[in-house]
Amino acid sequence: MNLLIKGGIVVDPVSGTVSEKDILVADGKIAGSGVGLHHPDAQVLDVPGKLVTPGLVDMHVHLREPGLEAKETIYTGTRAAARGGFTAVACMPNTRPVADSAAVIISIVNRAAADGAVRVYPVGAITNGSLGQEMAEMGDMKQSGAVAFSDDGMPVMDSGLMRRSMQYAKMLNAVIISHCEDKKLAGGGLMHEGDVSTMLGLKGIPAAAEEVMVARDILLAEDTGCRLHIAHVSTAGSVRLVREAKSRGVRVTAEAAPHHFTLTDQAVIGYDTSTKVNPPLRTAEDVAEIRRGLADGTIDVIATDHAPHTAEEKDVEYELAPFGMVGLETAVGLVWTELVAAGVLTLAQAIAKMTINPAKILGLPLGSLGAGAAADITIIDPAAAWTVDPAQFASKGRNTPFTGRVLHGLPYATIVSGRLVMREGIVL
Amino acid sequence: MGLKSKDLVGLHHVTAQEIELILDTAAPMKEIIKRNIKKVPTLRGRTVVTVFYEASTRTRTSFELAAKYLSADTVGIAVATSSVNKGESLKDTALNIAAMGADVVVLRHPMAGAAELLARTLDVSVINAGDGAHEHPSQALLDLFTVREKKGRLAGLKVAIIGDILHSRVARSDIWGYTKMGAEVYLAGPATLIPPGIEKMGARVCGSLEEALEGADVINILRIQLERQQQGLFPSLREYSRIFGLNSDRLKLAAPDALVMHPGPMNRGVEISPDVAYGQQSVINEQVTNGVAVRMALLYLLIGGGA
Repeated sequence: MNLLIKGGIVVDPVSGTVSEKDILVADGKIAGSGVGLHHPDAQVLDVPGKLVTPGLVDMHVHLREPGLEAKETIYTGTRAAARGGFTAVACMPNTRPVADSAAVIISIVNRAAADGAVRVYPVGAITNGSLGQEMAEMGDMKQSGAVAFSDDGMPVMDSGLMRRSMQYAKMLNAVIISHCEDKKLAGGGLMHEGDVSTMLGLKGIPAAAEEVMVARDILLAEDTGCRLHIAHVSTAGSVRLVREAKSRGVRVTAEAAPHHFTLTDQAVIGYDTSTKVNPPLRTAEDVAEIRRGLADGTIDVIATDHAPHTAEEKDVEYELAPFGMVGLETAVGLVWTELVAAGVLTLAQAIAKMTINPAKILGLPLGSLGAGAAADITIIDPAAAWTVDPAQFASKGRNTPFTGRVLHGLPYATIVSGRLVMREGIVL
Repeated sequence: MGLKSKDLVGLHHVTAQEIELILDTAAPMKEIIKRNIKKVPTLRGRTVVTVFYEASTRTRTSFELAAKYLSADTVGIAVATSSVNKGESLKDTALNIAAMGADVVVLRHPMAGAAELLARTLDVSVINAGDGAHEHPSQALLDLFTVREKKGRLAGLKVAIIGDILHSRVARSDIWGYTKMGAEVYLAGPATLIPPGIEKMGARVCGSLEEALEGADVINILRIQLERQQQGLFPSLREYSRIFGLNSDRLKLAAPDALVMHPGPMNRGVEISPDVAYGQQSVINEQVTNGVAVRMALLYLLIGGGA
């Protein structure tokens, strides 16, 4: 089955070029690109004015399977990804059971092969049960398909154990993804600590709870030589720490989530539990610094931290609601509206942070439209203006604070291995 | 003129004119409480349900008496005897109560935002009787009523609020209420119990108890809970009392006719010395009477109009 994508504006994040040309796909791979391509028996996808980019990679999602299928499954989560323009996702290990063994990693890989609409790359746990007490079998997991290691949401508080885990991960040439949060400093908080938390009477999570951990893990990465990736940076201080570490040559990368470059803690006023997320929505100053960090390259990746929950779990008192919001199906719109159209990032920069950069960090052969590469392609309609309506989501999770928001830029088609998996919002 | 909202969730979104209206309405209500026959037919046939997820003697009794004096029927639901322990959500519990025909739900809940959740969920009126560390608007209204009655005004007064501001819903409602009415609010307490950014609500944070008391017209003492010391927020109740306890010596720093107030229940000998609590300047008992009057006014303004 051949596919000819005609008339689109091709964004190549590797060379940083944007140009109008056609792309020919054959046998699941990119066969070539150029102006005025023809092929006798290719299905033609005419996309004038639309952006053609390498398939988007979201390196931070929660697919909830196994064990938490009421929130999301690999089936629904990968369809949400396809609708969001993502051709590959890395899923976090906080499932039930925790993905802390080769057996669980293999079960996820197999289920994804059977059910998945897009590529799924499991992230293994650093410690058994993500309990922060003993190292999990990272070597065994890596051989079984784990692409990185993280105790996302349950940060390793024991600095000695974190150091040994980094030493071990370095031996495996694996990257450690750190959810940076000192649980003692966070102290059971529910939102960013500041004047809004004070006014609402909600327990605050100080910025220092994140920054202390960012600083610790940077120092440990420097000490061990392990590659470190800081997940969902939310504070100005964290951006500055990563910037400074990079300038010294520490092997550290970082990601930011769309909600952290878009919303502030003001969104919590009214106690809408869809605004409850960890790390929390911070201040306007933090948002500005994250945008600066994205622009100057301090933040390498845009990742959603897609965290679906059921309506029953979220329709409760703010304190009782679980942390997390869905993000796969709003990411492109937010990146386009808040960063590209707003002039924070060039188109090529934005696409790089959603393709080649996460692919490199995870060691995946993705993110390029070069001849011979896997034909993972995303087509985006930059002119589309649309209103976020969770009822349209393919995800089981409807927990988004962006309901009713008008966004610009909408994924038009998602192609995985040369196969059209989503077109005009419909997962095929 | 009435109240804009069907609910009273907090004083944050209530205007000075509305506060004035509530206080003006409470004055004749207080007359009713002083009569031998404490009953008027105003809310006959209406039903007030108090839902208390936290133990409270004073506030709950005050709301129930306020409803009874206005001839409303009252039902009280306490956490220990309700289906809350069977795992029913707040939202479902409230929908059930409303389905039975309640006109007003009075909610006390340990979590901030619970009253707002309920107000959003229900068509009937919701009165917040305290939600976590967020707001306790009827307490602040009775404080304002008491001060206005004693001083004849609120504008231009210096009000000191002393103690655990961080966990206090009374402090937050008081700050909104006093500042909207033109008074100045000064806060003092252990640094670990002063929440960040509280100045944005319009209050000033003082470096010491003495600074807050200097020339104060009103002194609001907050309850300090032993639990906070156990959480490591300050070293000991003994030290708290030595640095932040109000005694007769410190009271002299305030204006000679300063009012001493406390939302109760008091830890006498800790945050306030017994001689001050029962002294000439204390209006703590009157606050309790005024609480009933203010709650009568609230019930009347929320559901009395169209009956």
